[in-house]
Amino acid sequence: MYRLVRSFALILLVIGVLLPLVPQLLWSFAFGWFFPALLPQRWELQAWRYLFSTSSRVGEALLTSVALAVVVVMLTVLIGLPAGRALGLHQFRGKRLVNWLMTAPLFVPTLVVIMGIHILFIRYGLADQFLGVVLVHLIPALPYFVLVISSVFANYATELEDTARTLGAGPLRTLRYVTLPLIFPGLLVAMLFTFLVSWSQYITTVLIGGGRVVTLPMVLFPFISAANHANAAAVSIVFILPALLILALTSRTLSAGADAIGGLGRL
Amino acid sequence: MSSVRIIELSKHFGSVAAVDQLSLEVQSGELVALLGPSGCGKTTTMRMIAGLLAPTHGDIRFDGRSVLHVPAERRGAVMVFQKHLLFPHMNVGDNVGFGLKMRGVAQREIAHRVSAMLEMVQLPGYEKRRAHELSGGQQQRVALARALIIEPTVLLLDEPLANLDANLRLEMRKLIRELQQSLHITTLFVTHDQEEAVMLADRVALLVDGHLQQFAAPRLFYEQPANMTVARFFRNENFLPGEKVGSTIKTAIGPLSLTQADRWPDGPTVVTLRPEQIVITEADGVNVVDAIVTQALYMGTFQQLTVSLGNVVWRVHAPTDCCVQTGNAIRLHLSPTQLWCLPTADLHKEAIQTFDCSPAGTENVRIATKAT
Repeated sequence: MYRLVRSFALILLVIGVLLPLVPQLLWSFAFGWFFPALLPQRWELQAWRYLFSTSSRVGEALLTSVALAVVVVMLTVLIGLPAGRALGLHQFRGKRLVNWLMTAPLFVPTLVVIMGIHILFIRYGLADQFLGVVLVHLIPALPYFVLVISSVFANYATELEDTARTLGAGPLRTLRYVTLPLIFPGLLVAMLFTFLVSWSQYITTVLIGGGRVVTLPMVLFPFISAANHANAAAVSIVFILPALLILALTSRTLSAGADAIGGLGRL
Repeated sequence: MSSVRIIELSKHFGSVAAVDQLSLEVQSGELVALLGPSGCGKTTTMRMIAGLLAPTHGDIRFDGRSVLHVPAERRGAVMVFQKHLLFPHMNVGDNVGFGLKMRGVAQREIAHRVSAMLEMVQLPGYEKRRAHELSGGQQQRVALARALIIEPTVLLLDEPLANLDANLRLEMRKLIRELQQSLHITTLFVTHDQEEAVMLADRVALLVDGHLQQFAAPRLFYEQPANMTVARFFRNENFLPGEKVGSTIKTAIGPLSLTQADRWPDGPTVVTLRPEQIVITEADGVNVVDAIVTQALYMGTFQQLTVSLGNVVWRVHAPTDCCVQTGNAIRLHLSPTQLWCLPTADLHKEAIQTFDCSPAGTENVRIATKAT
């Protein structure tokens, strides 16, 4: 019975996640596909050829997107790890306020604040800059990271760090040999979230980047609004590929050593 | 190994003093128990000695040298905690070898010493096991091995036996004592269990309310308690106020004579005698007093009698074959050589629960009083 439910859930999951990708894949090779045909009438490589041409700017956008996401992840770890640790482990005055402010970007639409930020960034010369876009991506990225990390630290035993200290490990080696290995699965999940949040930013990049910082979603959206299904589908596939790739590479670590994953349970 | 001296050590958290002006000296190679109700500053003291917590006032000296400015990783005081003993992401061998690895000892030498150490704690060949595959007692032994392998200057054990069942506890007690004796490691261990402290330690330090009540060999806590708090902690609530004049104490139930009279100054005092030191008698004589039995409880190996002596209530442990029933009038012999005088300072304090300062501690002490 249990196995039956399990396989059923697995099938449902595969259908839900992977099935929408099939039409995308078909569309990217289609040249004309009209109702009521089940498959495209003509197959073409036109969309893919366009994708790899320099005039499409897809390659450049891909690089920018990757660079942005990587820098955002690094900064988020630097800021979010201590913040998440403090929120998960300690009780302090104003903790609720800090918690609330940390998670506010999840509930407050970015558009509401982005105009004000834009004006500030223009004043400080951060508008139309890579750095400005990085900073604005931190706003939606940090809450996810801090939420995951604080739940990891809520189930964390600081005694293990203390033990390491008394056994002769300084603060840095305690971090390396004890803390990081203990929180690794949770940290990986949090970094993944952060990467994907930055990866899928559109409005913030457009406004703060001012068209100078071009990411993949910015290449993708014009095709969608122009109903250029073939090109949109091809870019979509390039867009989703890194996410699937990262997930495939990390899923092993996540299910193997998920003891310290905190509030998330076993993945 | 080295001697440890704590001088007027205090730790304040906000306005609360967890440890207040504690002074203590542990000799090199000595095993000392820090005894007291849970949450009363024992673990805080240990953390300060280990260097994990900075004291608010006072000094900590190893072999006469202050270690206040030495960080935890260079103090050589290894602490074994009550919970979360082993690094869950390492196997047993890596756990035990951790301290040596931090000291830069060569891989091969580590492997060699780890296997010797595991043999000492009776877990030979366990190197490749994972922490979660071991039982509670085995984890405890691995944690002990991990601490001992670096030959610590001081070994600090925080309630080492609290999470083990009764049989295992006896076994671990023996092991700790044997290892400590054969390696001559200065050891300080925290416990709320007076029996454990008495059986394991060379000397016991009783801490209540962050104050050191008495620091002495275990038997003195029974025979010569320093004050009423100590007596109460060791389950003796037989107190009788009186006035000492020479070798006689005038009390409400008549004069009692005292052999070791020179030990105390004349004046108001509180006389005490442990329940198991009191003898039921039929003969007349010195220090024989009348009492009424108000309750007789069968405890298996003895009978616990609650008796009224004038207007105070005492406990007496009588043999099980002595048939005494509630309401009987009996005579008790209070041996003049064993009678002990206490300062009157905390005569009006309430019973044992009141000096406890944490919910967890209340629990423990309640269990202790129930067992009396």
